[in-house]
Amino acid sequence: MDFIGTIKLVFRTLLARKGRSFLTILGIVIGVAGVIIIIALGAGAQSLILGQVTKLGSNLLSVAPGGGNEKGPPSTIFGITVTTLVNSDVDSLRSKTQVPHASAVNAMVRGTATAVWQNKNVDTNFIGTESSYSDVISFTMQEGQFFNQSEERGSANIAVLGSTVADELFGGTGVDPVGQVIKVKSSSNTEAGGIPLRVIGVITPRGSSFFQDNDDQIFLPLVIGQQQLLGIHYLEAINIKVDSSSNIDQTISDVTRVLKQNHHIQSNSDIDFTVYNVADAISVLSTITNALRLFLTAMAAIALVVGGIGILNIMLATVAERTREIGLRKAVGATNGAVMRQFLLEAGTLTFLGGIAGIIIGTAISYLITLLMHYLGYDWAFMVSISSILLAVGVSILTGVIFGLYPALKASRLNPIEALRYE
Amino acid sequence: MSLIEVENLGKDYINDEVVTRVLHDVSFKIKEGEFVAIMGPSGSGKSTLMHILSFLDRPTAGVYKFEDKNTKDFNDDYLAKLRNERVGFVFQSFNLLARTTVLDNVRLPLIYSKKKNYDELAEKALESVGMSHRLNYFTNQISGGEKQRVAIARALVNNPAVIFADEPTGNLDSKSGNAVMHILQKLNNQGHTIILVTHETDTANHAKRIIRIKDGNIISDEKVERRTIAETDKELVK
Repeated sequence: MDFIGTIKLVFRTLLARKGRSFLTILGIVIGVAGVIIIIALGAGAQSLILGQVTKLGSNLLSVAPGGGNEKGPPSTIFGITVTTLVNSDVDSLRSKTQVPHASAVNAMVRGTATAVWQNKNVDTNFIGTESSYSDVISFTMQEGQFFNQSEERGSANIAVLGSTVADELFGGTGVDPVGQVIKVKSSSNTEAGGIPLRVIGVITPRGSSFFQDNDDQIFLPLVIGQQQLLGIHYLEAINIKVDSSSNIDQTISDVTRVLKQNHHIQSNSDIDFTVYNVADAISVLSTITNALRLFLTAMAAIALVVGGIGILNIMLATVAERTREIGLRKAVGATNGAVMRQFLLEAGTLTFLGGIAGIIIGTAISYLITLLMHYLGYDWAFMVSISSILLAVGVSILTGVIFGLYPALKASRLNPIEALRYE
Repeated sequence: MSLIEVENLGKDYINDEVVTRVLHDVSFKIKEGEFVAIMGPSGSGKSTLMHILSFLDRPTAGVYKFEDKNTKDFNDDYLAKLRNERVGFVFQSFNLLARTTVLDNVRLPLIYSKKKNYDELAEKALESVGMSHRLNYFTNQISGGEKQRVAIARALVNNPAVIFADEPTGNLDSKSGNAVMHILQKLNNQGHTIILVTHETDTANHAKRIIRIKDGNIISDEKVERRTIAETDKELVK
């Protein structure tokens, strides 16, 4: 019998048993869909992380107060405020002779605040920072501008709004936020009344990164945030932009040296600050997501193998059930090879169809996840790669052939006389 | 020239080192165009003999020549080819494929052959057994007698040298059985060689020659003196 004839025969046989054929391939469908979804999720998550690197800006270092985690958890998680990072540290780090590869340095304090405009008020976050913020972190202005050095130095009562805050305060009123005066009141400083600030700009929506909404923020000059809203004299972070990725290690050691000097620290075990390399954090995250992806892919592969065992079971049952048919086929001239091909092709066709259904379902679910992530504000890429499809289909057909081989061999070796007598 | 020639044919079944001899030194010749009944009680070895003659089994002793060639040298694939091209089967229990149409059942031997005009040959075979009106019926939608006629069409479709019928009337009422025997006699009249296996004298008497077998030995081999000619009403078989 020719190949086309066998294919026709196989389809006729499988269609005559639709319900069973469907149940047989269910395991394969789930396995293949699982592989596709997991690979797509992994690729999407990595694109998200990479996107966040470029969003924050590359070649970025961040200095936080308090020692590293090597000697136990940081004291900040016990509610202890570490006050070792101060404004003079920023000035030292800006020195070109001390830290030659720092192209921009910027100090930051953070807090939560209530912003009020007319009869509307919103709870939001504020960041007290310097004009150099725009040199360190990548963003664009939707309207107006970010504050400049003289406004910051003169501690002008001005603010730049994230798009979410601007929407919540001014959305629907038709009033242009730029030029309006809002009152900002720190949540931690209950005594002080609201500080009036004139809005000079709104930042283009940036989405979320690391589970923080970058648009639900108010930016104001460092002095206002530090002294008027929080009433503190220390800093919560210093961001440093390095001129080139090849100078990152050099700059980390420069920054460490300068701050040790400033803080009069002799021994490395007494260091009261931590320098984070954003790229390092990303590579750690990538390693974790890769490991997770590998693990989940292995789980999906196990699902495929279980699906294959399902095929093995059903094909064995089918061979037993169709013993008389096999006997008859042999009696009318089917060779062992023809019977073997028929049953092998049946198993292969079932898994191939299961693979196709799995790809469609897996792609559809991956797309729904992408839509959900976009809805949640993440810059999530829809990535179903050709290689993942080929992998899934290849593995599923291989599963069918491997697990279909034994039943097919068993069918082909049946003695036609005994098969015809089989009840 | 003999179509079939067996000399001292023997068959042993070996089960757990216990040897059971089912055929002893069986010898006979069958010429083209004959209608032979192999008759005997159950356990006599008649089915085993038919299985050997139809290439479903091999003898353990003696010589079986088919069309003057010793079948001993034929490999499994060649035996399958002979079953496909030179032999047709009619079974007691029909052995039609379930969930399959009449036409597809008759086409079955053709898909294992090199012939291409499946449908034309299958329709012609069904016409010769008076089943043209049931081409697209499923096998569970037709009667027992009709099933056996479909099975005969399947046996005929590849124009074989010999048709083996194993108790073809065993599962049928007398009217349908008569119709089946009528078709077999008609095919014999058209030149087909027919070998009928049965335990019933009435059925065997439709043949031209009866080989009686008992305990694996041939006890008689003679011409049928008063042959039964199966008459059938025109409605059942056209």
